[in-house]
Amino acid sequence: MSDRPFTAASFDLFLGEGRLMATRCTGCATLHLPPRAICPTCFGESLEWVETSGRGTLAAFTAIAIGPAAMQAAGYGRDNPYCSGIVALEEGVTISALILGVDARRPENIHIGQRLVVGFEPITGRTVLAFRPA
Amino acid sequence: MPKIHRLARGVAVVGAGMSAFGVFAQKSSRDLFVEAFKDLRASVDQGLDPACIESLFIGNFSSDLFEHQGHLAPHLADAVGLTPRPATRVEDACASGGVALRQGVMAIAAGLADVVLVGGAERMTRLPTAEVTDTLATAGDTLFETPAGFTFPGFYAAMASAYMHQYGMKAEHLMHVAVKNHNNGAVNPKAQFGQTIADWMQGRITSARQKNKPVPAWADVLDFLHDEAANPTIAWPLRLFDCSPITDGAACLLLVAAERAGEFTDHPLHLIGSGQASDAPLHDRVSLTGLRAAQAAAHEAYRMAGVGPADVRIAEVHDCFTIAEVIATEDLGFFAPGTGYGMAEDGVTARDGARPINTSGGLKSKGHPVGASGVAQAVEVWKQLRGEAGARQVPGDVSLALTHNVGGTGNTAVVHIFERRA
Ligand SMILES: [Zn+2]
Repeated sequence: MSDRPFTAASFDLFLGEGRLMATRCTGCATLHLPPRAICPTCFGESLEWVETSGRGTLAAFTAIAIGPAAMQAAGYGRDNPYCSGIVALEEGVTISALILGVDARRPENIHIGQRLVVGFEPITGRTVLAFRPA
Repeated sequence: MPKIHRLARGVAVVGAGMSAFGVFAQKSSRDLFVEAFKDLRASVDQGLDPACIESLFIGNFSSDLFEHQGHLAPHLADAVGLTPRPATRVEDACASGGVALRQGVMAIAAGLADVVLVGGAERMTRLPTAEVTDTLATAGDTLFETPAGFTFPGFYAAMASAYMHQYGMKAEHLMHVAVKNHNNGAVNPKAQFGQTIADWMQGRITSARQKNKPVPAWADVLDFLHDEAANPTIAWPLRLFDCSPITDGAACLLLVAAERAGEFTDHPLHLIGSGQASDAPLHDRVSLTGLRAAQAAAHEAYRMAGVGPADVRIAEVHDCFTIAEVIATEDLGFFAPGTGYGMAEDGVTARDGARPINTSGGLKSKGHPVGASGVAQAVEVWKQLRGEAGARQVPGDVSLALTHNVGGTGNTAVVHIFERRA
């Protein structure tokens, strides 16, 4: 469905288009997210791009008060913490993402296992992968 | 089962030293390394003529970014007068030191050298904290983890969230790990923090009184640690006292072919097990409550040494965050998965407990100059196994010890096992 190379740059290009894309090994059908150029399951080199459902659940998270420079530039900090998490998609793959639409000041109200849906968030000039409560 | 690999010949540790760990505005990594080397030289029982050293392996994560100095190994070799010997920098993030040790072991076991100097050095405090955080974050996956906002405290906080969810651990359990490691660091003269958390709290109270400010009414150390003003959240559920500090420091070890150990000391440590493994970014793992690389490295080291977790008397583990110590003690097989979190509170991992962990104070209290930490762990083992640890000496017969050093979020792990014979 796309002949873009299997690189992070292609992944970011898809994000900018509002699509969360994984790769699938045409040899053993393993799905990879982030995308890969070589399948770690069978070492096959024949891949294809696959659009994910964008639906998943929260597997782990944190509310960060002291962020990296890019997040501080976006207005986050001690008085405005943000949530980063690991999301398990319905397809069985997992990815790191910003978790938006939750109260990072009240992490006790954020729950592992809660259902999320993908979003695409402009942060300091680029589109970043984010998820929000479904 | 993969083949059990063994060293082609024995390797012994015959000297060990470290610089003071802390914040030293006037010391470059070279100065820190010289300090560690002089300490090592004084530790060799029969004296050390440095001319006998044949090769150097230096653990260093990021002198390039931390002090704008690349190509560190030959500069450190030169600083202690050891050029033109081969000097190699080894980089695996915070596991750089442990991996440098393994490279030294491999050089001797392979017969390429009889006498090797293993070092580790990192000067971190020259940069402002925000830039240190960004530099450390380069050990993660800058393509797929950094855009999600993850910092290093954030990664380990996420592991803590998964662990709490799965096993019912509370943030307070982690506070006991910090209390225990500061208790140990308080009796380590080389540690960055030479005080217990109780001392720290008392200092804050005394300072408030002297300045005629409101005196905080903390009932005890846990009350102090629960106070957001005294112990602010860095990345929930981890707070300031769950995190290792930013540190300047260096450490080194003298490794020799075991058959030559007698030229240096009658009390060498034998390096009987070495294991190393790698792993994908955190989001690409089956489990978030254990480090697969640490489990694999430990498995390899135990099999090489012919010992198991029950044989290990003391261990220095990579407690870059309190949760990391809990996970380490489970990955190493000391405690069953999901049971490690109560061991500090129960006193099991204290110096006088059944399984002392991080008698040096650990990264948490001794300090964490990242490229030096894996080497400094072995310096503590050297002191403990030889009965030279002073006020923090573990009681009883201590003859087998383990070091566990992790890079990134467990993208690298390296484990070594040391034995004192008679
Ligand atoms: Zn495949």
